[in-house]
Amino acid sequence: MTHPPVASNPGPKVRVVTLKIDDHDVGARETDSILEIAHANGIRIPALCYLDGLSTWGACRLCMVEIEGVSKPVSACSTTASEGMKITTNSERLKRYRRMILELLFAERNHVCSVCVSNGHCELQDLAAECGMDHVRVPYRNATYNIDSSHDLFRVDHNRCVVCTRCVRVCDEIEGAHTWDVMGRGVNCQVITDLNQPWGDSQSCTSCGKCVQVCPTGALVKKGTAAGEMEKHDDFVPYLAQMRKRQ
Amino acid sequence: MSEAKKITLATAWLDGCSGCHMSFLDLDQRLIELAEKVDVVYSPIVDTKALPDAVDVGILEGAVSTEEDLHKARMFRQRCQFLISLGDCAVSGNVPSMRNMFDLDDVLDRAFVENVQAQPGRPSESLPTLLRTVLPIHHVVQVDLFVQGCPPSADTIWQVLTELMAGNTPDPTQFTRFGA
Ligand code: SF4
Ligand code: SF4
Ligand code: SF4
Ligand code: FES
Repeated sequence: MTHPPVASNPGPKVRVVTLKIDDHDVGARETDSILEIAHANGIRIPALCYLDGLSTWGACRLCMVEIEGVSKPVSACSTTASEGMKITTNSERLKRYRRMILELLFAERNHVCSVCVSNGHCELQDLAAECGMDHVRVPYRNATYNIDSSHDLFRVDHNRCVVCTRCVRVCDEIEGAHTWDVMGRGVNCQVITDLNQPWGDSQSCTSCGKCVQVCPTGALVKKGTAAGEMEKHDDFVPYLAQMRKRQ
Repeated sequence: MSEAKKITLATAWLDGCSGCHMSFLDLDQRLIELAEKVDVVYSPIVDTKALPDAVDVGILEGAVSTEEDLHKARMFRQRCQFLISLGDCAVSGNVPSMRNMFDLDDVLDRAFVENVQAQPGRPSESLPTLLRTVLPIHHVVQVDLFVQGCPPSADTIWQVLTELMAGNTPDPTQFTRFGA
């Protein structure tokens, strides 16, 4: 798996830079991403594919911010800081773009929150609320996606997947199994287990459940959960990532 | 306050479970307060059989699933100055729209033929024609306010109505969400 160029492992001679995020003057290492700096300083930037402890993917674009003097918004998770940067995190334009992204995510697959196992504990749902996405203006695609229940413990429901690849990254980078990967392009892009074989037949899966815990939506769930029952905990990821680095 | 100055309110129940109207009834004693300022001129919970020509506020529960729903949604848009989509079915299609993943003919056969022992067969009269695709209300007419929730709580409905009565436009995203 190749990653966008983000230095998350600073060498000994890292420069410290000062920059401005909204109204806050902040200091940071020049290897830090804008998103990390913002979060470290208590400034909220919406994010979906980013997860502390995993490599940066930069796919969802919800974290986009504006940098003074740069005409296009950039993704905060995959852009590093530099001296004197002036960053805006929540302009009217950014709010409009974020809302549109969320509308497209809801329209692409099938999200029926009221009967979803993740109802009330879903990052996508929370982002919709946070960004004021109260209705989808584009037509729903109403395409049917697979549900694979072949694994003893877990289920994948592609109707709820946002293709953030958190499952792919945690399985590869933390568990070391690399059961998950990505197949297809554009609207046909989806995550697969092994060589697009049923998850239950997977030779590589250790049944650790990490992918389920990091999945932001109701796409990866524990079996036997009813509507609203699937709560997830991904706070173990940064800790395990640190431990892996030390080895 | 004189009768003439009351705000007129109409509500209808399209393809939904009636849960949103139940939530409305859950306003309990607040209904009395509401009745002082608002005249419910048409609704499943009052007797009037016809939607008046001009109404201040219209509330629609449920998705647009039939020709009848489509007709009602259009009529509400024509006659109501301010139109509200109440609940997830109205706002997003929600549970009724789950049939969109299947072909309508398969859905009808499943419901009226495959699983029926006595006189299997599709109904040919008395039922409105189903649309091929279930749609949220704002995909067929313009909607002014979206109140998410399945169903939106009585408190949510109250907050929306009190803000409207005070002449403000409420922001329901502050107190409800999809699936709430
Ligand atoms: S995954 Fe989240 S947004 Fe999608 S239906 Fe489930 S709760 Fe709703
Ligand atoms: S359960 Fe563990 S090993 Fe199996 S796919 Fe998920 S992260 Fe990979
Ligand atoms: S299954 Fe979950 S973690 Fe994996 S790509 Fe889809 S939404 Fe992301
Ligand atoms: S969080 Fe930055 S692109 Fe997804």
